[in-house]
Amino acid sequence: MKHLLDTQGLGYDDALAILDTAEEMTAVSSREVKKLPTLRGRTVVNLFYEDSTRTRISFEAAAKRLSADVMNFSAKGSSVSKGESLKDTVQTLDAMGADAIVIRHSASGAAAQLAASDWSEAAVVNAGDGTHEHPTQALLDALTLRRGWSSAHSSSPRGTDLSGMKVLIVGDIVHSRVARSNVWLLRTLGAEVHLAAPATLLPYGVESWPVTVHYSLDEALSAAPDAVMMLRVQAERMGGVFFPTAAEYTRRWGLTDERLVVVERLQLGDTEAPALILHPGPMNRGVEISSAAADSPQAKILDQVAHGVAVRMAVLHLLLSQRQHDGNHDE
Amino acid sequence: MTDYLIRGANILGDAPADVLLRDGRIHSMGSETAQSRDGVPLATIDASGLIALPGMVDLHVHLREPGREDAETVETGSRAAAKGGFTAVHAMANSSPVADTAGVVEQVHRLGLESGWTEVYPVGAVTKGLGGKVLAELGAMAESSARVRMFSDDGHCVNNAQLMRRAMEYVKTIDGFVAQHAQDADLTGWDTEYAAQMNEGKVSATLGLPGWPAVAEEAIIARDVLLADYVGSRVHICHVSTKGSVEIIRWAKQRGIQVTAEVTPHHLMLTDDLVKSYNPVYKVNPPLRTEADTQALREALAEGIIDVIGTDHAPHPDQAKECEWNQAAMGMTGLETALPVVQHAMIETGLITWQRFAEITSVRPSEIYGHDHQGRPLAEGEPANIILVDPAAKTTVRPEGHATKGRNSPFRGIELPGQVRHTFLGGHQVVLDGELTTSRTMGNTA
Repeated sequence: MKHLLDTQGLGYDDALAILDTAEEMTAVSSREVKKLPTLRGRTVVNLFYEDSTRTRISFEAAAKRLSADVMNFSAKGSSVSKGESLKDTVQTLDAMGADAIVIRHSASGAAAQLAASDWSEAAVVNAGDGTHEHPTQALLDALTLRRGWSSAHSSSPRGTDLSGMKVLIVGDIVHSRVARSNVWLLRTLGAEVHLAAPATLLPYGVESWPVTVHYSLDEALSAAPDAVMMLRVQAERMGGVFFPTAAEYTRRWGLTDERLVVVERLQLGDTEAPALILHPGPMNRGVEISSAAADSPQAKILDQVAHGVAVRMAVLHLLLSQRQHDGNHDE
Repeated sequence: MTDYLIRGANILGDAPADVLLRDGRIHSMGSETAQSRDGVPLATIDASGLIALPGMVDLHVHLREPGREDAETVETGSRAAAKGGFTAVHAMANSSPVADTAGVVEQVHRLGLESGWTEVYPVGAVTKGLGGKVLAELGAMAESSARVRMFSDDGHCVNNAQLMRRAMEYVKTIDGFVAQHAQDADLTGWDTEYAAQMNEGKVSATLGLPGWPAVAEEAIIARDVLLADYVGSRVHICHVSTKGSVEIIRWAKQRGIQVTAEVTPHHLMLTDDLVKSYNPVYKVNPPLRTEADTQALREALAEGIIDVIGTDHAPHPDQAKECEWNQAAMGMTGLETALPVVQHAMIETGLITWQRFAEITSVRPSEIYGHDHQGRPLAEGEPANIILVDPAAKTTVRPEGHATKGRNSPFRGIELPGQVRHTFLGGHQVVLDGELTTSRTMGNTA
């Protein structure tokens, strides 16, 4: 693995290696001294063209726990706002000795373009590109799902995939890089994926995806998913365009208190353990998810955040520890 | 002016003959034994194995001048045209300033005459500033020294149905026609932050790029053929890109509606699978479509539902393509790869003969525009706008070797058949053995 650009092209073995490494990293994160020396002397650049404090901090924490030097490059207040091209910015960072570039960009494909270019030798990690993919988010979701599943089955998560799990993703699929990354990764790991959304928020061509599509959330819940992932919906901006009103969206596709009662009765496989509720954050309480659902014991939203650091440590570790300092990689 | 004796060229791909060019015309054809006239040199060209065709005529190029001389000039675009085998090109109006007045079209026309590598005909804008609100000075452009007959807002659709109707009616009075860039603005998010970026379908669903649905093209074509029928005008559809559009045009032609249609070489060969690389060299408007569309377009071109090849040659400077996909400019160069791509897609597949090639690249575009000296038969007395093509040549596309300023060829690195070896513009040899010689204007050498 030279870069992490998407989950569509991420193989089963690589995905499992990241998850298993992340398991080790969660142990580090729970120690008193939360630091490993593995990336000492390496430089990780967080190149963020979009505001995303949460993701940037998560990558920063991951790199620092591996003893890497971290540079944060934010598009705002920089030369980028003066019209500098992606090419020139990346070449500048490369000249400063970046070993890995973590890129967040509003343009779909920006990470792939960077990786395909000769602008830099650095390993590229996609931290979210437009409405394309957000692979580390899907990996942390998979880690959360795998931990929940194995815990319910009283087994070790290591080396296992998500076979037997049924995961329901609800909401704005068409604009969601989280949804796209999850669809491919969860399928690679053997899970069954269901989507629930109004037809206006499903991509044209979704019938070619390896998923089951529901227009009704209630119908989707009656298919007894093991986990329900609610996506953020910008209801105020989208109301009247993609659906009539925010209130109607909540009524039909929100995880309301009434639907929480249904979800509370869902179980993880054949076990007694309750089904999981996930949300990539930030949440719109009262829109796609009610406060009670967000604060429910079934909700793994803070676990997801913690797992984000572990997964990003694993990705940086796997990408950089296999590389020589001269920029070549020796896989 | 030199006399040229072309020896043993296969006329339109058929039987070989000798062709003598004299004083800008085809002096004689058959088995020639010409001798040089007093004071007039005679050059002999061994054309055995080469195919003689009428010079190609492109109804759709972007020469960028005035305003974007960093991307292309009339001079460089004309050189590219000559190398590509085009003896006439029609320059779209989206320059800066827009070609919406007599002054601008006369400037472009004059620059073409001064260049002298090909004939350059400016296309006038339909609406002022391509703004889609009010009609441009159609009559003044028609009466100008450029004698504009073709009007198009290409790059933009004339989206307003009432304005399109008025334009189609008005051009009847000046013996002109409207060429429509068929793209429904609303369905493609025109001028919004969610503007269409690629064909809407399986690939866009995965790539997360806003889709450009086929119906956005088809709905405008359906509307415009009905309008053309209603007001008794004719309409030309630029760069048809979908299977559904072909069906609508077929229907319209069967009803006797005066519609003609164009397809680009790239839409005959490339599909939206290429966008998976996110390489903006594949970003073009209308976008690359699917295999099914490509196949339907090829068949429609063979059958005559689509009338002509238009390159939509759209050069851009490197920085307009070396950037994020959604910020990149739309368009591809095409003049110097058109013949090889059409040979690959249409002739080597057995869909058409070289005879039909001459129709779609020369005869029909000339008829559509109304040229009386282009797209003519290869016969005695006809104007000597002729190209000689080596169909057996194989060339790997190398944009750095092109005469256009644009390096944005989607065919880079692909081996294609066919090469334009010689181009004669009104009896003057502008291309010899694949290289530019001298332009028709004296002293202007390559």
